[in-house]
Amino acid sequence: MKWFFHIGRYYIMMSRVFSKPEKWSIYRKQFVKEIDNLGLGSLGIVVIISIFMGAVITIQSAFGFESPWIPLYAVGVASRDSIVLEFSPTIVSLILAGKVGSSIASEIGTMRVTEQIDALEIMGINSKAYLILPKIAAAVFINPFLIVISMFLALLGGLTAGLMTGAVTSYEFIYGIQYDFRPFNVTYALIKTLFFAFIITSVSAYHGYYTQGGALEVGKSSTNAVVYSSIVILLFNFILTQILLS
Amino acid sequence: MIEVKNICKSFNGKTVLKDINILFEKGKTNLIIGESGSGKTVLMKTMVGLFTADSGEVIYEGKNFNKLDFEDRKDIRKEIGMLFQGGALFDSLTVEENVMFPLSMFTNMTLAEQRDRADFCLTRVNLQTAHKLYPAEISGGMKKRVAIARAISMNPKYLFCDEPNSGLDPKTSILIDNLISELTTELNITTIVITHDMNSVMEIGDNISFLYKGEINWQGHRNEVMRTNSVELNNFVYASEFMKKLKQSLTHYGD
Repeated sequence: MKWFFHIGRYYIMMSRVFSKPEKWSIYRKQFVKEIDNLGLGSLGIVVIISIFMGAVITIQSAFGFESPWIPLYAVGVASRDSIVLEFSPTIVSLILAGKVGSSIASEIGTMRVTEQIDALEIMGINSKAYLILPKIAAAVFINPFLIVISMFLALLGGLTAGLMTGAVTSYEFIYGIQYDFRPFNVTYALIKTLFFAFIITSVSAYHGYYTQGGALEVGKSSTNAVVYSSIVILLFNFILTQILLS
Repeated sequence: MIEVKNICKSFNGKTVLKDINILFEKGKTNLIIGESGSGKTVLMKTMVGLFTADSGEVIYEGKNFNKLDFEDRKDIRKEIGMLFQGGALFDSLTVEENVMFPLSMFTNMTLAEQRDRADFCLTRVNLQTAHKLYPAEISGGMKKRVAIARAISMNPKYLFCDEPNSGLDPKTSILIDNLISELTTELNITTIVITHDMNSVMEIGDNISFLYKGEINWQGHRNEVMRTNSVELNNFVYASEFMKKLKQSLTHYGD
């Protein structure tokens, strides 16, 4: 029953989030600020994780394909598909759910317990829209760029690791990346990214917005934001994959 | 003028406010006093729509706030300035930006005009040197003054203050009290102050309502507080040894 309560309250919150802003110019400023906070602020972790995960995927693929019957370029094919289909859109989104989600929930939660949200409401401002809409818009806009960067860097990391360990030559790896390439796989990854960006920001904002209590509860909201946005991402990963790839 | 009629409010079956009726007059400092947990803040939050009353009416100049839709409530809320217990300043904005915030949201003022207005409001609360500081960099008393400056920036008709001198030293408390009282007369607004500070009660209380266990126990002027027959109010007013001795000496000298 508690699930129904949360889903209902989330739906009501979202209907207020997508109502007409009081002043577009203020929301535009917030949007730009959030792109910096949520997008550019996450670039560092995306770069590091993508390079190392790409490297590991390539080494693992090479280890698994140690057979005279399997051509070496298969390492490139396997790495590409793993990175484009799953690693970059899903795993990076899960990591962003940890970084961005906890930040959103704790920011909004702190505003709630220090009565800053009440202050917004009393001024006549739709606090849900003012605080949450720019975050959702910014994440939905910037996350696809982050994921494309992640794909590129993961493949670069894979190539570098392949060369450094001697597991695969650059010619075979690059040939493998190009072999039987399906552009729709990138579209599929980006569609998933859009959904995941929406889930991360809205679910985390929900947990922050309805924080009750003090500092301890802000911490709990932050943890719940990461846990629930990760679960919803995994659920939607399954649903979207079934819809788009089956 | 704000009229509260038959307001009742409960949380999870526990009654917090029982049939509250108060008239808050324009141009006067209206005080709501009472012990901690007596329902003062709940009453204020119900009046501004942060809580929904179970029954009863809150009437702003003839308009029943509870029956208005979101947009009409917004119009009334733009006429409300509120000072929260902790200030509720926006952490990510400077002092000046905090005061400019409602102006940037609801007016078509240019940036220069907004700055001028913010400067005027900050000067009015005797805070001329903190414009570029963030809330974390200023003291509690300064935060309250910034919050007052923000509350008056839109020329409100109604000013709500939730324990404006909690956590402040006596000198700063008096300063804040005087400021609230001066602004009320100067701007001819309806001011409602929640407090359990007896200094404030005796300094600025034009109309006082004493809440006891969620009910109005006593109403009157500050000059009548000391002579009340209400046992509960007497217990509240003369809780400290100092006040008890003061009462004894007043009785001894026949006032």
